[in-house]
Amino acid sequence: MNWLKTIIGVVVALAVIYVLNEMLSKTGFFGFGVDDYTGRILVFIAISMIMATSLNLINGFTGQFSIGHAGFMAVGAYSSAYFTVNYGKFLEGTFSFFGENVAIGIVLLIAIAIGAISAGIAGSIVGIPSLRLKGDYLAIVTLGFAEIIRIVILNIDAVGGATGYAVPGYASFLWIGVFTVITVVVVHNIVKSDTGRALISIREDELAAEAMGVNTTRYKVTSFIIGSSFAGIAGVLFAHYNKFLHTNDFQFIKSFEIIIMIVIGGMGSMTGAILGAIIVTLLPELLRQLPDIQIGATVIKFADLRLVIFALILILTMILRPQGILGTKEIMDFFKRKGAVTK
Amino acid sequence: MDTFVQQLINGLTIGSIYALIALGYTMVYGTLRLINFAHGDIYMVGAYTGFILATALGFAASPSALGFAVTLLGSMLVAAIVGMIIERFAYRPVRKFSKMTTLITAIGVSLLIEYLFVFIFSGTPKAFPQLITNNTYTLFGNAQISTSQIVIFLVSIALMIALQYIIFYTKIGKAMRAVSFNLASAKLMGINTDFVISFTFALGSALAAAGGVLTAQYNPKIDPLMGIMYGLKAFVAAVLGGIGNIPGAVLGGLLIGAAETLVVGYGSYIGIPSTYRDAVAFAILILVLLIRPAGLLGSNVQEKV
Amino acid sequence: MKRTVLSIAIAISMILSVACVQKGGNTNGTTAPTGDGIKVGVYGDTSGATSSFGQSTKNGIQLAFEEINAAGGVNGKKLEMVFEDDQGTPEKAKTVISKLISQDKVAAVLGEVASSNSLAAAPVAQEAKIPMITPSSTNPKVTEVGDYISRVCFIDPFQGSVMAKFAANTLKAKTAAILGDNSSDYSKGLTKFFEEEFTKLGGKVITKQTYAQKDQDFKGQLTQMRDQKPDVIYIPGYYGEVGIIARQARELGMTMPLLGGDGWDSPELWKLGGVSLKNAYISNHYSADNPAPEIQNFVKSYKAKFGVDPDSLAALAYDSAKVLANAIKVAGGTDSAKLKDAINTTKEFPGVTGKITLDGSRNAVKPAVVLELDAAAGKFNFKETIYPEGMTPPATTAATANSNVKPASNTNTATKNTATTNTAATN
Repeated sequence: MNWLKTIIGVVVALAVIYVLNEMLSKTGFFGFGVDDYTGRILVFIAISMIMATSLNLINGFTGQFSIGHAGFMAVGAYSSAYFTVNYGKFLEGTFSFFGENVAIGIVLLIAIAIGAISAGIAGSIVGIPSLRLKGDYLAIVTLGFAEIIRIVILNIDAVGGATGYAVPGYASFLWIGVFTVITVVVVHNIVKSDTGRALISIREDELAAEAMGVNTTRYKVTSFIIGSSFAGIAGVLFAHYNKFLHTNDFQFIKSFEIIIMIVIGGMGSMTGAILGAIIVTLLPELLRQLPDIQIGATVIKFADLRLVIFALILILTMILRPQGILGTKEIMDFFKRKGAVTK
Repeated sequence: MDTFVQQLINGLTIGSIYALIALGYTMVYGTLRLINFAHGDIYMVGAYTGFILATALGFAASPSALGFAVTLLGSMLVAAIVGMIIERFAYRPVRKFSKMTTLITAIGVSLLIEYLFVFIFSGTPKAFPQLITNNTYTLFGNAQISTSQIVIFLVSIALMIALQYIIFYTKIGKAMRAVSFNLASAKLMGINTDFVISFTFALGSALAAAGGVLTAQYNPKIDPLMGIMYGLKAFVAAVLGGIGNIPGAVLGGLLIGAAETLVVGYGSYIGIPSTYRDAVAFAILILVLLIRPAGLLGSNVQEKV
Repeated sequence: MKRTVLSIAIAISMILSVACVQKGGNTNGTTAPTGDGIKVGVYGDTSGATSSFGQSTKNGIQLAFEEINAAGGVNGKKLEMVFEDDQGTPEKAKTVISKLISQDKVAAVLGEVASSNSLAAAPVAQEAKIPMITPSSTNPKVTEVGDYISRVCFIDPFQGSVMAKFAANTLKAKTAAILGDNSSDYSKGLTKFFEEEFTKLGGKVITKQTYAQKDQDFKGQLTQMRDQKPDVIYIPGYYGEVGIIARQARELGMTMPLLGGDGWDSPELWKLGGVSLKNAYISNHYSADNPAPEIQNFVKSYKAKFGVDPDSLAALAYDSAKVLANAIKVAGGTDSAKLKDAINTTKEFPGVTGKITLDGSRNAVKPAVVLELDAAAGKFNFKETIYPEGMTPPATTAATANSNVKPASNTNTATKNTATTNTAATN
């Protein structure tokens, strides 16, 4: 029965993504459309979900302390963009006998493969030294590595350097939504598999895991490579949706944002990471709508204070609910308990 | 030769500032195992406090050693208070939680300070007033040193000696060492650990603020985001020297400063553009951690897993 | 597996509800709904690393709008500024411009400063057919995005060549060193075109060094340059770093002339650089000491309103707002196609930063002035005016439309847009 439920789930998810994609298009879905700005935010929520879910595999489930996830995203974005800018048009022509949309899809899939592989290689470069390092040391190495990637890209004029890099816009919401679902399903299945149990055992007690015969080295590197590959995919989708790349979009504040997502949502919770991705992407945008308040002659623009408020919310969440909104639980667990009682 | 000496002086000047900030990092990390990401912002707070003090008290108009000393001590005091407030209201409530939680809290505090200062002072850089008359002295050939550089060296050395004295020859210093050795046992021994941690933050913040005022005196441009890079590099310096190790932090700071400047000065001859400067610090860090994870002077203690 | 199903369903229902919230939240809180005003979107960085640029730009536009509204508005309608902060990143720049266009329904957009942010945002405006005027993005590529994108500032090829001309012809420099900001597109553009023109004029760039925005220490680069003994140092950066660079260069005993561009123009420069700024020259759009009434009025009212002297970014922003208001008047409304045409045919508009005429590539063609820095008095002294090739100095004929200026449609042809010097001060 399980496979049936999975299939139903994926079909439902794909149907919803299709409807959303139609809503984002010019004509709308039976007249119900959303504007460009809302569409952009939806896309960024989806991309954030990929980033948060993949980082959750490294940080939440394996217990490794990586705070340079934006670096892998940059590797995926720039490597695939270099490919599509230079060979995209040619390949589009080659595959054009399938029709324009299929040709674009094929090119995008190749780009995603390139992005995932190069980010995976970068992940293994960080992952292998990480075997020697733990905790904060690993954290600072991943941060440093991400900064080095950014500075190196900034100095490569072939990918735009300081001017930025114009990229063809192959990735529609449909593609991004599909890959979000794929990421969630794949990471979920990894976590529920033998591999996942090995990863969690490393998080809980590395020494004990090793004693139980878990090859901690192999699993730690694996989680790094898988996590960074998905970050690379997020980068590819970002590049080909945003149509413009600049190293300013991959500063360490971006890595922090992703960390904040998984911590706010609850480390080691799939739905938590997803919830965190929604909150952290949406909140700063919603805070733009804050009104001005006039006290005497001075007008306080609360919209200008939105980042201050965001930081305050972050600190308060940590103080009041340090395990994040969901902790290690999933949203469904809250419903399940109710069901158990009635039974 | 004189060019090399010049580059070394340039590098060590920056290195001294890194060292001052790194001391705060290393002390806080030593006691709490917390990367205090907001520490670089305390350095910025110090510089802004100095700016406000010097302007309000009228030292900006006429350069004098007294004015400089008052500004320096005043901003160290204010920063110490700010550091204690941050510790009390942000870090203490999350101290018992996981590392990830404390780290996010630190990031939150850092963002809060930065954006608050952008809101209050706007992001426009401000010019720090000249508090001491700046002269240039020629050592030999082309190698020159300016008054503000000499001040940076002297004040940093004085502060480091003072810190060393506090830690090793006072009661509170002994308590700090006990807390950093083992917090729980220190508490059992009757040490008021909360007070000691608070004091550690105050001390570290004061040093960072001194770094802020000294840098502002040397490069009179201050802006609300000036602490980010300096903070990160100072942390790198602390790790490089061996975290929790006071002389290590100083050594790390000086090494990073010198290495950076030498790469900028000579890198172009071997094909490394000077914009790789920020990458240098991180590259050194990664190498050191791989070869000697405890840092240059750190004791080789395996982290408990 | 139930979890997968549920998690996906929940995630997607959240997206949907979010979509509804966003859809409903169309009314923007930051602007007072005052009925039939004309909404103009402005975006810039007021909280990121380049927030000083965004602040100046916002101030300049605000001042212009207030002046226009005080004089009765445009066609009887008041101009309303809807400002959004993009935190200085291209991703956010694109997000906020889509918000301005699709949610706030602005008639036109003004912004950004950094070319990279403008390049990210411009396609949104072009696609939505909403005119966008960038006050100060100097990369030629920005207006190449399409016919709805224009600018009121020089492009890099012109400004870079101006200073090269000045260095080679007036200062008789044979060798130059360049210290550029590698994280700024503006700086890289000026570096490239200065070097090209300077080499063409027989000079030699003997060393090129770079720094990154927010750097505090430049002595490493400067010490390296000192050994090479260049005749001049070209520093195409922004005042924040430049003030410190000048100070450190003089501390190292380097006394050669320092050259720069409009990024130096700010009242803070004097406080940062002090006496070190002696023997320095910049290219700029205008001279704040120019007695022309429009310039003096602008400087005076800006200072009265914001308490600081305007920098060049504020002046350009002010001009972009005035050009837009003028175009709305000419077009007789905010119909976007007509408004675009009105903007693109702007001719001889008397701005603070010179008489603004847009060429076929929607770039402003106007003369540059070279100013000498008077460090003791803290002001810029007029030195000479340099006209773009094909633009005849007003001394001989009235500076009419410059039909023979080659459209700078790409960087290659743009380099031909070199400068002719006219030392006769026509200021």
